[in-house]
Amino acid sequence: MVESKHSWKAWLYLAPAIVLLLVFTVWPIINTVRLAFLEDYNSSMAIGGATYEFGIRNFAKVLQYKDFINCLTNTILLCVLTVPLSTILALLIAVCLKQIKPLQRALQTIFFLPYVTNSIAIGMVFAAMFNMVGSAFGGENELIITAGIINNVIEFFGGQPINWINSGSAYWANIVVMVVYIVWNALPFKILILLGGLQSINTQYYDAAKVDGTRRARVFTRITVPLLSPMLAYVVITGFIGGFKEYSSIVGIFGEKMGPAGDPGRLNTMVGFIYDALAGDHTGRASAAALILFGIILVVTLINLQVSKKNTHY
Amino acid sequence: MSNINKTMAEKDIRLVSSKQKFGHFLGQFFVYFFLIVMAIIVLFPFYWMLISSVKSLDEYRLAVPTLFPREILWGNYVTAFNQANLGTLFLNTLYVGVVSTILSLVITVLSAFAFARLEFKGKNTMFAALLATMMIPGELFTITNYVTVNQLGWMKTYTVLIVPFLVSVFYIYLLRQNFMQIPNELYLAAKVDGTSDLKYLWKVMIPLALPTLISITILKMMGAWNSYVWPRLVANDAAHQLITNGLRNAFTDASGQADIPVQMAAVAIVSLPLFLVFVFLRKYIMKGVSRGGLKG
Repeated sequence: MVESKHSWKAWLYLAPAIVLLLVFTVWPIINTVRLAFLEDYNSSMAIGGATYEFGIRNFAKVLQYKDFINCLTNTILLCVLTVPLSTILALLIAVCLKQIKPLQRALQTIFFLPYVTNSIAIGMVFAAMFNMVGSAFGGENELIITAGIINNVIEFFGGQPINWINSGSAYWANIVVMVVYIVWNALPFKILILLGGLQSINTQYYDAAKVDGTRRARVFTRITVPLLSPMLAYVVITGFIGGFKEYSSIVGIFGEKMGPAGDPGRLNTMVGFIYDALAGDHTGRASAAALILFGIILVVTLINLQVSKKNTHY
Repeated sequence: MSNINKTMAEKDIRLVSSKQKFGHFLGQFFVYFFLIVMAIIVLFPFYWMLISSVKSLDEYRLAVPTLFPREILWGNYVTAFNQANLGTLFLNTLYVGVVSTILSLVITVLSAFAFARLEFKGKNTMFAALLATMMIPGELFTITNYVTVNQLGWMKTYTVLIVPFLVSVFYIYLLRQNFMQIPNELYLAAKVDGTSDLKYLWKVMIPLALPTLISITILKMMGAWNSYVWPRLVANDAAHQLITNGLRNAFTDASGQADIPVQMAAVAIVSLPLFLVFVFLRKYIMKGVSRGGLKG
C-alpha cells in the first residue's frame, strides 16, 4: 500500500473541498438550528450588534402564522395528489415500454424529454395553455376573446371554458393546473428508474408464468410489482422529498406572486414561505420554518421506509 | 387411432396458439395506443411553444386556434431577444456556468482521487460524514449561506453565484466510484516509474473516467442554466441576473395583456441549448441521473 507519509498529500487534495464544505454546508447545519432558537433573530440587526435570547418563540410564531398554514396545506395537498398519480402513470408507461420492441428507444427518448427542461420556462408554456387569452380582468366592457388551448379543447367537446389560472379563478382549478404540470415534470425521472428496474428483472419469472398460462394482470401484480418494489419505494420516497420542496414549478405558472392575479400567495408553499421570510429579513422565522420542513420530510421518509420494508421484496 | 389423436391434438394446439396470438396482438395494440397517446401529451407543450412562438398576436387569439401557423413571424424571436435582454442574460449565465464547472471539476477530481487512491487516517469516517450531508435538504443551507454571503459583502457579485455551490458531495461520490474501478496496480506501477500523483491523475485516471466527468460537466452547466432560487435571493440585479430569473421577470407585468407569442419565443430561445444538449449528450445525462442524481 501507499506509505502513510503521503497522508499530508491527501489532506492537501481534500483541502479546497473541506474548506468550502465547512463554510457552506457544515456551518449552516449548526447555525440554522441556532438561529431557529434565537427569538426574532434578524441578520441585519445582528450585524449591528443586537443580541437575541434563546427560546422557542420562532416556532410558535411560525405555527400561528396564517400564511404558514396555507403554505403547509398547499404543499401537502400537492404532494398527496402528485406522488401517487405520477408513480402509477410512470409504472404503466415503463411496463408498456418494456413490452414493445419497435419504437422502444424513440418513445423512451420522448418520455425523458421533460427532464431536460427549465421548469420556469416550460411553466410559462403551461400557463399560456391554461390561460384565458385577451383580457381576463373582467371589466364590464372587456370581452374574453377566446381561451387558451385547453379551454379550446373543452369547448370543442361541448364543455364550458374554465378560468384556470387568471384573476378570479377557483382554488381547485389552480390545483388541477399545478398537478398536471408537476406530474408532467415528474414522469421522466420515475420512468427512467422504473424501466431500469424492469430491465434487470430475471426473464425466467416471466417464462415460468408463460408456461403456466398466467394472465397478464396476474403477472403484473404477482411478479412485476413485487420484484420492482425496491425501485418503487425509491421513486416514492424521492417523490415525497421533492414534493415537499415544491416551489419553482409554481413560480413557472403563477409568477413570483405565487398566486393568480388579485390573490398573491394563494399557492405559496413551505419553501416559498422560507424564502419570503428570508428575503424579509426574518432569519429566525425562516430557520424555524426550515427545521419544521426538515422534520416533516424526515418523518415522511421514515414512514415510507417502514411501509416499504414490510412490502418490499429484495 | 393414435394418428387421429395426434392430429386432433395438433389442431388443438394450433387453435389455442392462434387464440393466444390474437390476444397478444390485441394486447400489443393497446400498449402502443397508450404509449403513443402519452407521448403526444408529453410532447404537446413543446409543440405548442414552437408554433405559438411564430404566430402573430391576432392569429394566436383566434377563437378556433390554428394547429399550424398561417404566417410564420420570425420577428417574434428578435422582439423576445431584445425585450427580455436575453443577450446579457445569456453571457452572465455562460460565465457563471463555465467558471463554476471548471473549478468544481478540479475540486471534485482532487477529492475523489484522495478518497479512491490515497491512504490516510480517518478516510472512511470522513467519507461517511460527507455522504451524510447529502440527506439534508438544501433549504436548510440557504438560510445561513444567505447571512454568510451578506457578511462577506458578496451580494450582487458573480462570486456569490459560483462559490457556495462548488463542492457537490454527489459528484465526489460518483467520481470516486469510477476511480475505484481503475486497477490499483496501474497506480503502483506509475509510482515505481517515479510518476508524480498529478501526472498520473492527468494521464491515466482522467482519460479513463472521462464519461463521468462529462456527465458532471453537463449536469453542472444545466444547473447554472436552470438555477432560480439562489440567484433571485442574492444577485437579482440587471448586471448579474441569470437567464431563468431574467426570463420570468421580463414577462411578469400586471397588465394581463402579455404578448404570448413573444413570450413563447423567449421560452423557446432559453429551451434551445437544453434541447441540443439533450439530443447530442443524452446518454451521459441519463447515466448521471439513473445513478441517483436529482434535478438541478
